[in-house]
Amino acid sequence: MSALTEDVRDVAPSGDAPRAGRGLMADGRRRNPIAIVVMILLSLLWIVPTVGLLVTSFRDRDAQNTSGWWTALWTGGWSFSNYQEVFGGRSDLGSSFLNSILVAIPATIIPIMFAAFAAYAFTFMPFPGKDIIFVSIVAVMVVPIQVALGPMTDLLGQNGLGISGQYIAVWLLHTGFGMPLAIYTLRNYMVTLPTTVIESAKIDGATHFQTFWRLIVPMSMPALAAFAILQFLWVWNDFLIASVFLSNENTTVIVKLQGLLGSQGQGTELLTAGAFVSMAVPMLVFFSLQRFFVRGLTAGAVKG
Amino acid sequence: VTTTTEGDVGRVDDPRDAEPQEPGGTPPPAPPGPGDPGSSANPGAANLPKVGIGLVGAVAIGWFVYNAFLAFAYYPEWFFDSKVLIGLLALVAGVGGAFAFFYFINMFVEGLPGRWSRALMPYAFVSPGIALISLMLIYPTIQTINYAFANDESTEYVGFDNFTTIFTGDLSEEFWLSITNNLLWLLLVPSITVVFGVIVAVLADKLSARGEKFSKSLIFLPMAISFVGASVIWGTKPGGVYKYDSAEEAPLGLLNAVWRIVGEPVNWLATSNFRLNSLLMMVIVVWLQVGFAMILLSSAIKGVPEDTIEAARIDGAGEWQIFSRVVIPQIKGTIITVFITVVIMVLKVFDIVYVLTTGRDKSNVIANLFYDRLINFEQTGVASAIVVVLLAAITPILVYQVRHFRREELGR
Repeated sequence: MSALTEDVRDVAPSGDAPRAGRGLMADGRRRNPIAIVVMILLSLLWIVPTVGLLVTSFRDRDAQNTSGWWTALWTGGWSFSNYQEVFGGRSDLGSSFLNSILVAIPATIIPIMFAAFAAYAFTFMPFPGKDIIFVSIVAVMVVPIQVALGPMTDLLGQNGLGISGQYIAVWLLHTGFGMPLAIYTLRNYMVTLPTTVIESAKIDGATHFQTFWRLIVPMSMPALAAFAILQFLWVWNDFLIASVFLSNENTTVIVKLQGLLGSQGQGTELLTAGAFVSMAVPMLVFFSLQRFFVRGLTAGAVKG
Repeated sequence: VTTTTEGDVGRVDDPRDAEPQEPGGTPPPAPPGPGDPGSSANPGAANLPKVGIGLVGAVAIGWFVYNAFLAFAYYPEWFFDSKVLIGLLALVAGVGGAFAFFYFINMFVEGLPGRWSRALMPYAFVSPGIALISLMLIYPTIQTINYAFANDESTEYVGFDNFTTIFTGDLSEEFWLSITNNLLWLLLVPSITVVFGVIVAVLADKLSARGEKFSKSLIFLPMAISFVGASVIWGTKPGGVYKYDSAEEAPLGLLNAVWRIVGEPVNWLATSNFRLNSLLMMVIVVWLQVGFAMILLSSAIKGVPEDTIEAARIDGAGEWQIFSRVVIPQIKGTIITVFITVVIMVLKVFDIVYVLTTGRDKSNVIANLFYDRLINFEQTGVASAIVVVLLAAITPILVYQVRHFRREELGR
């Protein structure tokens, strides 16, 4: 917050000198008091619910049920016991956390390989049917995954392949469901790459496979990362597919949390700690790769 | 088609059928394009070792990966029952397998005579991805439409019975309630999200670099949070914003703590007057989505050329006029993209409602009704009919999406 509150203090009629502070910012623009006040309010509004969760997760059961989290500073009740319970103890949130990792990482990385090859062909190779196939992919992106649930439970369940309940079922489904967006995002980024690179690779006698692997993949890293982040968030945070296609011992932390949310009394004090743990990983991924995300998603993907 | 890998291998056979040695093979459709780097490879006859190794390799890899993955599911004891080991092996087999598979397919196609090689290479690159989409999205869509006209065990066709059940029969009340709620979601959530997104993007742009980065981080933090996690944050459990507490106790939920200033504590998510519970759940979704809207809109706003704004300023336009007449028209495309994305999300909104109210107190939505029928009641027929309605509702957006895409392509 300090950066923002400082801004407020610095709002004063500006002098002539284009220095930072004194009503002008480092880049010489004038400070805008309305923007500063509104943004502080919005930022607070957006962060307070999460802060409530964080504070509550560090309070014991008694404190959680007798006073609001905003009184924690003077009523106390601080404790690490919820986190200890989540990672050890009687709850199986700890093992479901591991399940989440084991589900999310392969389900994030495997689709990228397939999608990148397809995106390369859609961008750099002329072939009959290209337009109609790509337009179909654009259309399929909109189809709700609910349509797949019934037929896929039949196909993967006991009367089909019999892999429902295992990680592989979910890897497979996420790979398929993520594919249209993956191809679309990567292709839109590849279109923005300079064609001269491909031309010179051709003159040097490179095959498509070499061009793809040595040139296009490294150059497409921002888009690959952007899709990887989106897919990871989507898989990690998914409830629908995990709840239908994973057995109880393989299920993810999100499904376990839903179970706790539905239960009365017993174990609900763990809910906040569990929820916070479940949010920590995607937030870490998101914020460490944020710059790729913005670049990969906005270059070519959206045109104003 | 039963599995992905089999599907892929099946597609490898197609080019072989079309080899020129075979009588009746169709001529290669595509002349080499100007930007086609493959043209230097193998101009004359087939390179048989390459064709052979490529084909055998691709089939072997496909077979191996397929069986390895089944083994992970059927015989975990082979891997010492270690989930971590299985996860690691799956990652290696999945990524390495996909790479090796493409490598061999590429080798196979490269080994074919030049013309064939050039004509088939794009399909070799595209077909594994397309096969996955066909198996996981296109086939189920067709099958679901099929199921919608069959009984709940999918053993017999029943005509339009399932649709009668949801439109006018036993389920009609709940169905129309859900449709109304979905419409309400559709009316409010996308537009509010876009408005907030624009406000935040515009105002953040006016802050110092540090302030902009910091406030944006706080606002798109919820993007990383799951619907279930958000339900814990906002819900009725300890620490939740909407937690209900009777008047005698100290306030535990933030909203009731504020509300107590003017009135008695309210059980928010059980209040269906004016669809209050639905509205409160919409707040959660807006809270989750504004960060996404902001990212896209912010980069669009930064892309508005400075000279157009300067020109307006010189002509004497005020800040509001600049915003509404210069900036907004130039970011219209992005606004539509964000709007459509949120519309699609809202049409199938599910997790939040399922977790917080399970559709009680008049808060049901289509996707939740569907889940309830499919999973809890095992009524495949009725559930499929509900999805078909959802699919029909999405079709106009789908058409729009395709048109929008085509227009954009023309502009490239």
